[in-house]
Amino acid sequence: MNRLLASALLLLSAMPAAADRQAVLEHYAAGAETAPSAERGQVLWEKKGLKGRDCTQCHGTDLRRAGRHQRTRKPIDPMAPSVNPDRFTDLKKVEKWFRRNCKWTWGRECSAQEKADILQWLNTL
Amino acid sequence: MKETRRTFTPLILSLTLATASAVALQACADEDDDEGFARFLPARMDFRPADDPQYLEECGACHMAYPPGMLPAASWQRMMSGLEDHFGENAELDAETARHITDYLTANAADQSSTGRAPNVARTVGKDAPLRFTETRYFLRKHDEIPRRLVVDNPDVGSFSRCEACHTGAERGNYDEHQVRIPGVGRWDD
Repeated sequence: MNRLLASALLLLSAMPAAADRQAVLEHYAAGAETAPSAERGQVLWEKKGLKGRDCTQCHGTDLRRAGRHQRTRKPIDPMAPSVNPDRFTDLKKVEKWFRRNCKWTWGRECSAQEKADILQWLNTL
Repeated sequence: MKETRRTFTPLILSLTLATASAVALQACADEDDDEGFARFLPARMDFRPADDPQYLEECGACHMAYPPGMLPAASWQRMMSGLEDHFGENAELDAETARHITDYLTANAADQSSTGRAPNVARTVGKDAPLRFTETRYFLRKHDEIPRRLVVDNPDVGSFSRCEACHTGAERGNYDEHQVRIPGVGRWDD
């Protein structure tokens, strides 16, 4: 009974975050040409850019675990919302990191389509 | 009268002794960091730790949130006006956040602060506006005895810019050499 209550509470507390994530995703989807695709998102995540850079270099390959900044070695919180429920709930924050990291990794800004695809994939983790 | 003198003589004697040993300890101290009795006093403040929430969030996400007192205001202004190429990385901020952080950094910069070592940094930097504290004359003089292999070539440190890797009191603003623990090496006593 207690366990049931605990999981119900956990679910309830996770609900606002899920709604916020959906709103962030929809913001990008609105500017995209086609519906967000998790499959395309995963491919983009591993796509090589400038100087062989890709997302996994800092975020790691297991996104349920912490990553590490390449130069300063500062830990980066896990990307997977299943272990880090705050992820992708704040549009301003998401936009800031897309802008910085797309430019660093690929040398250009990401399109709304690319952002929607990547979020769609990350939200499944 | 005699009574009083008898009581005071040992006191005067011990005071004299204490002063003499303090002077002796100071004299033994080498150029860089030994503060004699200071090590027995409560934790000192070399650089006031950064405390602005936005600065901690935005800049501290990727690296140690350096105390503003490590660089003069002119340096922080230069730094904040070139965030799109921040030591080779993109660290752009929206205009409003950037303005807030610039104001915070410049108001607490080395040449605006009287805390701990900030005034020394400001004095030795002079009119320059360096972007790296680790390239200031002040920093170099304090670290000139540390071999590169213990820092740059040390896999657990990697760079002199990671203050917190060796200065265990960095979070509290204490950079005294007695709290230095170099990963894989230990205490640093020169």
